[in-house]
Amino acid sequence: MAPPSSFGDKVFKWLTLAMALAVVALVFLVGWQLARGSSLAIRRFGFHFLATSTWDPVAEQFGALPFIYGTAVSSLIALIIAVPLSIATAVYLTELAPPWIRQPIISLIEMLAAIPSVILGLWGIFVMIPWLRDHPFPFLKKIFGWTPFFREPIYGVSMLAGGIIIAVMILPIITSVSREILRSVPNLQREAAYALGATRWEVTRIAVLSYAKKGLFGAVILGLGRALGETMAVTMVIGNTPQIRASLFAPGYTLASVIANEFTEATTDLYLQALFEIGLVLFGITILANLLAQLLLKTLGSTIKSGAVQ
Amino acid sequence: MESAAIIDPPMITPVSLPQQQVTSDSGSADVAPERPHAFAVERLSIFYGEKKAIEDVTLTIPSKMITAIIGPSGCGKSTLLRSLNRMHELVPNTRIEGKVLFAGKDIYAPEVDPVVIRRRIGMVFQKSNPFPTMSIAENVLVGLKLNGVRDRAFLRERLEQSLRMAALWDEVKDDLHKPGISLSGGQQQRLCIARAVAVEPEVLLMDEPASALDPIATAKIEELIHELSSNYTVVIVTHNMQQAGRCSDYTAFLYLGRLIEFASTTKIFTNPSERQTEDYITGRFG
Ligand SMILES: Nc1ncnc2c1ncn2[C@@H]1O[C@H](COP(=O)(O)OP(=O)(O)OP(=O)(O)O)[C@@H](O)[C@H]1O
Ligand SMILES: [Mg+2]
Repeated sequence: MAPPSSFGDKVFKWLTLAMALAVVALVFLVGWQLARGSSLAIRRFGFHFLATSTWDPVAEQFGALPFIYGTAVSSLIALIIAVPLSIATAVYLTELAPPWIRQPIISLIEMLAAIPSVILGLWGIFVMIPWLRDHPFPFLKKIFGWTPFFREPIYGVSMLAGGIIIAVMILPIITSVSREILRSVPNLQREAAYALGATRWEVTRIAVLSYAKKGLFGAVILGLGRALGETMAVTMVIGNTPQIRASLFAPGYTLASVIANEFTEATTDLYLQALFEIGLVLFGITILANLLAQLLLKTLGSTIKSGAVQ
Repeated sequence: MESAAIIDPPMITPVSLPQQQVTSDSGSADVAPERPHAFAVERLSIFYGEKKAIEDVTLTIPSKMITAIIGPSGCGKSTLLRSLNRMHELVPNTRIEGKVLFAGKDIYAPEVDPVVIRRRIGMVFQKSNPFPTMSIAENVLVGLKLNGVRDRAFLRERLEQSLRMAALWDEVKDDLHKPGISLSGGQQQRLCIARAVAVEPEVLLMDEPASALDPIATAKIEELIHELSSNYTVVIVTHNMQQAGRCSDYTAFLYLGRLIEFASTTKIFTNPSERQTEDYITGRFG
């Protein structure tokens, strides 16, 4: 008979395996349900669903392209704004800030994370958008008006406003995860750089950021996951117009927003199925983004990993 | 390699002039002063917050020789060593009293930039710490690149020279692009030594550089330290009395933050002046 400890090990092993499988099963289940819920639409539109831009429930014409575009662009804008800000904040907090200033900043960022999405959306409508419309947008137009991205008339609600509000929403998570990652860089690494006569910035660059870059990339991907699925606040400021425009001042629409907005009014079967398919697409994009990120991490890390074992 | 210009002759402290064999300065009295001093530590006290880790230490460290700092754990060896290039300041709330003169100038004077000091005074740590994302070559050259050196031929030459100096060249010359952390523990430590010497510092500070290594790797490092001393002033902290005896010219014995005795290694190990030194050397405590 096996001694009790080995029996315990076995139970533990199977239990953890079961848990892990349950998570995987859950993901597949969600995917399968979404696919089943949209089977009619999938059969009806096929690949065209992803490639056409008409969203006309009355004529029962459904194309997801503007929403895919809207989700991609608004998330991209959010990342472009939030990633440098968050990582810079995290670097400041771990490497540069005097101790007394750290806690207040950290608390503030945590508070930002605690604001409900809908409240942030209200703030977006009543404070952010009027301000954007009056000051930064005209300024951007004046400077970059020659590019297609900042050309059209300014309404306020826009792809850019959507991206900015998502940036606000993902900033806390990227910052706090990055901060943890930077804190986990061994002090010995910093000392190695200091001993070579590196300045603080050089220490941060050669000893801290390069050591932490994989982890920081993970933090960004976490932020991207949030950005893709962010719904409420974006819906309130992006303009909810299914169109593909180069101009970031033009209103847009995201996958998540269209589901939230139109689910209750989807009166026909096909309409509901189309919305389900939108959900499936969003689900697919999120998973794809994560897989790609992991692949990227692998190739990024392989140069280091190959030598990690002595 | 001749580097006479490194220590500015007019700045040599009077205690190091050949005529003055003995001075009132008790810390340096035993040092045969035919060589200029690299450091003159004057009445140095170091505090971590309220805690006094080093108390009123005065000694002079001779140039281009090996000075060992020994003493029981927690007596302040690392603190004293790290105060020589202001590394201890990385711990918040440290404070010093007294002076550390390097080449005659106080490195704690308000106008002195610690970054400049650390460029001139390199350091090797107890645990090897190559940069994990960098190759062997990049690790060695990172200091020079920080200094803005871009000349390929020069870098290439310095790479080989530094690795040779660290007695590592023959082992890694075909793997220069492999990651630094792919080396063994002892090799990694020698890589860190190569990295430190690549920027041509005037002094190398070493904090128990061999304590994590096996006897063979340790012997290699000791031999290396010995060779380095023809070009560099070396200050080494060690727990290992045999090591201090084997590879240093001068030895400082610290106890509870105070300098008990500082003299030539031969004297410390054969005929120490202080009772406490003798007790420690003979293993009666510590
Ligand atoms: N970061 C720190 N904060 C507060 N006190 C410290 C710190 N580092 C060291 N000390 C204190 O200073 C004293 C001297 O420490 P130090 O590390 O210099 O000793 P050491 O002789 O190098 O010991 P060891 O041989 O164990 O390395 C110790 O009493 C220690 O508690
Ligand atoms: Mg120590």
